[in-house]
Order: sequence, then structure tokens, then C-alpha cells
Amino acid sequence: MKKFDVVVIGGGPAGMAAALGAREKGATVAILERDTRLGGILNQCIHNGFGLHYFGEELTGPEYAKRFRDKVLADSGITVYLEAMVLSFNEQKVVRALSPTEGLLEIQAGAICLAMGCRERSAGAIGLLGTRPAGIYTAGMAQRLSNIDGYLVGKEVVILGSGDIGLIMARRMTSEGAKVKLVAEIMPFSSGLKRNIVQCLNDYNIPLRYSTTVTRVTGKQRLTGVYVAPVDEKMQPILEKEEYIPCDTLLLSVGLIPENDLLSGTGVQMAAVTSGAMVDEYRATSVPGVFSAGNVLHVHDLVDNVSEEAFVAGRAAADFAKGVLPCGDTVAVIPSDGVRYALPQRVHPGEGKVKLYFRVDKVYKGRTVVVTSGGKEIKRKKPLVMAPGEMQNIEIEKSLITGEIKIYTEE
Amino acid sequence: MNTTCIMCPMGCSLTVEEEGKEIVVKGNGCPRGEKYGRAEYSHPERVVTTLLKKEKGGVVSVKTDRPIPKDKIADLLLWAAAFRVQGQYKTGDVLAVNPVDCGANILATADEEE
Ligand SMILES: Cc1cc2nc3c(=O)[nH]c(=O)nc-3n(C[C@H](O)[C@H](O)[C@H](O)COP(=O)(O)OP(=O)(O)OC[C@H]3O[C@@H](n4cnc5c(N)ncnc54)[C@H](O)[C@@H]3O)c2cc1C
Ligand code: SF4
Repeated sequence: MKKFDVVVIGGGPAGMAAALGAREKGATVAILERDTRLGGILNQCIHNGFGLHYFGEELTGPEYAKRFRDKVLADSGITVYLEAMVLSFNEQKVVRALSPTEGLLEIQAGAICLAMGCRERSAGAIGLLGTRPAGIYTAGMAQRLSNIDGYLVGKEVVILGSGDIGLIMARRMTSEGAKVKLVAEIMPFSSGLKRNIVQCLNDYNIPLRYSTTVTRVTGKQRLTGVYVAPVDEKMQPILEKEEYIPCDTLLLSVGLIPENDLLSGTGVQMAAVTSGAMVDEYRATSVPGVFSAGNVLHVHDLVDNVSEEAFVAGRAAADFAKGVLPCGDTVAVIPSDGVRYALPQRVHPGEGKVKLYFRVDKVYKGRTVVVTSGGKEIKRKKPLVMAPGEMQNIEIEKSLITGEIKIYTEE
Repeated sequence: MNTTCIMCPMGCSLTVEEEGKEIVVKGNGCPRGEKYGRAEYSHPERVVTTLLKKEKGGVVSVKTDRPIPKDKIADLLLWAAAFRVQGQYKTGDVLAVNPVDCGANILATADEEE
């Protein structure tokens, strides 16, 4: 059986950074990627806006991916298996994958780093009513068909959900000559970035309606139209105000779900809010030697944060494989009062600093974030504004940790 | 003109108007918003990313190597729809020089796949 100190599952930005992180610590590394090349979702994100924090310049997705890919491929300590679909791993850390060139591949890992990314919620997942004609795509699927395969999926488009992928696709389809008639968002705010609303919708005069949803779709073979209606405070559509919009394409940009099917039956403890594993500050899961980073751990809006997180996980996985990862008791991190979740969910008291990443439950202007440990305040900060779509972070000193950590907002 | 400042997460709603000979920005929470509002009013610019078709089939992702005036975007997209990329390329290669007369060249943003 082949042996590596660290086996990384998934070769997107998280997987590549985890591999490079593990190499910094001198580990031997394998990346298993099911696609034909490294880069993950970035390969289809041809717009710019990546890497402002990490590289200090604005790159497109493929350019950001290439910077990492070139480093990975130049490093003889990293073995890359492409078209290698990981099927399972067990407690002994044997990873099994299927590849057209290697057949059934079995690898003994010293540590495993999960970097499988996420998938999109589909029409089924949101309980869309009506027929099931052709012409309904998730926004990311349409993006892949357009940007990798070169197909325009439709001419008259309605987009449900104002997440970034939906906004980006509104501009993309308009650029390719399609007419985007409406972006409907069920919430009273967008989970997408301001910049995308301005540059993808406003620049092209594409209307965005808040508190509005698609109630049903029509069409037998191909989609012929959708009904939209405003929703009340309880998110229930007001059917008297239903309106018909003829279109041949409906794009769904209604959220992402971490791709964690591999974890069922492995004993890795999951967090309900993030749909990812529960981790400590090293991104170590509850199963010793199994680490997680990137969108498979929690959905990120900035790839820069993905890379940073995955470096941490990769270095820690290498340390674990060598038996030098610090261990010991952890304290829990408990979110409340406006903080929807915080990650890591557990932290080791001790030396150095740790960044707590968190998301808030709605838009807050001028609200304070407070962190306490053992009942004593250890950090506070007052960002100008916090929105659910933009991941926040706050750094704390580990030496100040004396007990359970609480993170919450206050007036 | 109404717009949203994108210079920081506050996202102030700006109104930009010409009062006499002066451009006046209102609604900005800080001086950066005034600068942004003025620029958006008088010479808004964007880096454009799009796809070009390859002569032999398939697409190449590209970007302008500098921001171009907003009112040139439509011209650029029209040009892009008709243009065909010939031969080999890799990330950063110039695929077209100044196609819409505003000084911006077109760069490939991905390597050709084998
Ligand atoms: C459409 C879209 C637009 C975005 N726009 C921006 C932006 O403008 N700016 C920005 O900073 N960020 C943006 N992001 C966010 C950022 O790109 C992502 O957060 C980041 O790419 C996630 O990286 P990842 O490595 O965790 O996941 P992915 O990129 O999804 O990579 C996961 C990889 O794992 C592989 N994999 C999964 N399961 C298996 C398996 N069982 N076996 C083998 N391989 C497997 C997949 O094939 C994939 O290559 C965007 C994201 C999306 C989806
Ligand atoms: S005007 Fe100032 S405070 Fe308001 S969004 Fe722009 S940069 Fe931020």
C-alpha cells in the first residue's frame, strides 16, 4: 500500500494550500482530486475579485488557482492524483479512491485533510413547486457550462437568490446576449457582496426585488415561465400579488452545502449550523488525525480566508503525522445574541493567538462584538457594519482563556 | 445619480449631482465615498472579464489589462462575440491589442488545457 504523511482529499484552493502547508513542515503529501485538474470551483469563476487580501491584487479565479497550482506541481514532495474520486476512509486512516489510471487506489495516511468543498442547493432541496421542465439550473452549474464548456444555457432568465454566484451569473449571461429579467431574493437583504450588486446588476440595469420568491414554474419540455410573489414577515408568499414572468431559464442561487457525504459513519462530529465538522483551532475534527478546511468545513465568501484556513490545517496535519501536534483539553466556543456560529468550536488555552471566525444573523450597524472566557471579557470590537454574507473574525490571546468562551453582540 | 459606495462594507447610498459647475456627493460616510462618487459620476471604469471563442472550439477566459470606461463595455462585448482566438496561449498572454480604442489589451486568464 502507498503511504503518505498527509493525504488531502480535494484539490481546490483549500486542498492546494493544505498540501503546501504540510510541505512547510516537511511532510510527504498526496492530493486526491476527482476532476481533471487542480483548482476546484475557481476554474469556473472567470470574474475578478480574488486574492485582494492574500496577494494584494485583484485576480480572476483561474489566475488565483494557477498561483497555487504552479507551486504544488513544482514540489516533488506532493503527489497529485487527478480523476481520483475518494470513496471512503476509515479509522486506521486508509483512504480508498477510484481512478481510471490507478484503478482502486488504497493509501495509508498519517493524517487526512478534508478539502472537498461544497455543492449547491437544488430545486428539490428548496421544494420548488410546479413541473420539472428543462431550463432550471443551479447558478454554479450554469456557470460551469458557460465558462468551461462554452454553452449559454438560455436567453430569457430569472434568477432566484441574490448570492454572489447568482449575481455573477446575471452579468455573465447578460454579457453573452441573454436578457436577465429579474433577480428575486426572499430575504429583505442580499447575501451577496455590495460590489457585486453594483457591478453585476446596477451596471446592466438588472432589477433586484427583495422579499420576493418564485412560487411555481410552468412549461412541459422547456421552462416557459415562473410565477413570483412578495413574501410576508413569516416568509409566506402573498399569492394575491403573484405575477407571471415568461422566461426559458431559471437559475437557483439559494445556498451551498458542504460536501460531507464521506464523513457518514466515520465518527466525525458535525456542527448543525455549518453542516461541517466541529474543529479546534488546528482544524482538527473529533477523530484524531482527521482535519478539515475550506468550504467543506463552513461556506466561505472569500477564497483568501479558505487559503489561510487550509494552511493552518495542512501544517497541523503534518505535525500530527509526526506526533508533535499539541494536544490537551479544550474549551468550547459558544455563540449567542446575533452570532449565528463561530469557528473553531473548541480552542486550547495556552500560548499565542487564535482568530475566531463568525457570522451574524442579520445586518448590524455599529454593534459591538464581545468575547468572554470563564465569565471575564477578553476582547471587544465594534465593526462599522456586519452582514450575514460577510464572514467576520476577531483575534484573541490564548493566554487569556480561563474557561468556556462566549462570543456575542451587544448594543 | 444614485449609487452605492463599494469602498468599504458600510455600503453608503450616495447621491451625486451637478450643482452649477460642481459635482456634489451626498450620503457618504467618509471622504473615500466622495472620491468614489465623483469618479463613478464623471468617468466610471471597470475591468471586464469575459470569454472568447477558440477557432478550434471551446472558450478562453480573458480580462482587460486595465479598467475601461463603462460606456465602452458594450463595444468590448460585441467585439468579443465576433473574435476567434487562433493558436496556442497561456495565462497572461496578450490575445488582442487595444480592440476598442481605450488603451486596454486583452489577456488570457487561464492556461490552455491539454
Ligand atoms: C461561483 C462562486 C463564486 C465565487 N466568487 C468569489 C469571489 O469573487 N471572491 C472570492 O474571494 N471568493 C469567491 N468564491 C468563494 C471561493 O471561491 C470558495 O470559497 C473556494 O473556492 C472554496 O475552496 P475549496 O477548496 O474549499 O472548495 P472547491 O473549490 O469546491 O474545491 C473542492 C475540490 O474537491 C474536489 N472533491 C470533492 N469531493 C471529492 C472526492 N470525494 N474525491 C476527490 N475530490 C473531491 C472537487 O472536485 C473540487 O475540486 C466564490 C465561490 C463560488 C462557488
Ligand atoms: S462612503 Fe466611506 S463609510 Fe460609506 S461605504 Fe464609502 S468608504 Fe465606507
